[in-house]
Amino acid sequence: MINVLFFAQLKEVLHTSSMQLELSAPCTVKDLKQRLIAQQPAWQTHLETGSILCAVNQTMVDQQHTINDGDEVAFFPPVTGG
Amino acid sequence: MTTSIHIRVQTEDFDVAQEYAALREGNTQDGAIVFFTGLVREMNQGQDVTGLYLEHYPAMTEKALAGIVDQACGRWPLSRVSVIHRVGQLHISDQIVFVAVSSHHREAAFNACHFIMDFLKNQAPFWKKETTAQGDRWVQALAKDEASLEKWTDQDDQS
Repeated sequence: MINVLFFAQLKEVLHTSSMQLELSAPCTVKDLKQRLIAQQPAWQTHLETGSILCAVNQTMVDQQHTINDGDEVAFFPPVTGG
Repeated sequence: MTTSIHIRVQTEDFDVAQEYAALREGNTQDGAIVFFTGLVREMNQGQDVTGLYLEHYPAMTEKALAGIVDQACGRWPLSRVSVIHRVGQLHISDQIVFVAVSSHHREAAFNACHFIMDFLKNQAPFWKKETTAQGDRWVQALAKDEASLEKWTDQDDQS
């Protein structure tokens, strides 16, 4: 099981702040996005924009990073704090 | 050098005088303290702003800030570092962020404070949503913020 989180405008356009998914085998961030889009085709335009960032276990990662069972995966737009 | 690091993410306001006093207290070794405060301004990206909501990723925020401060400590000799970032509902002219560093000399203090702010703006998981007369809108990240990191890739700027 992995925990998937969404933040800021991404959370709003997807109408989802978090979800849990079964993970039968490790996959990449890119694979996970494809799986989410397969489940929710309307999410494609929001998840496939190049600007969406990903953190796994609270550390920023790239598309090729491997996700393992038990990980916390977060997707969010570019940050605007400070 | 062991650095005393204080990082806080909070809804409450902070008192710069109190934070500055903490950097000075018992500090006989340092010749320089540099601090920055970020404020909510009334005009942003061409629209009148009446308020600001700051969302964050609680589990990651302090970890990201600590990572940025660690990088700064690796580049400059810093004795004390304080980073405070507010979240939740803010109003015009409210304080948003405080970054302060204490070091033997000013070059290191100026550079480290600037470095921490530049990386905070690009890597710490905070998002601003502005309230304007035209409705609420998420602040868009600016290319100039990302470009601000380029100056730190040059190793020659260390002091």
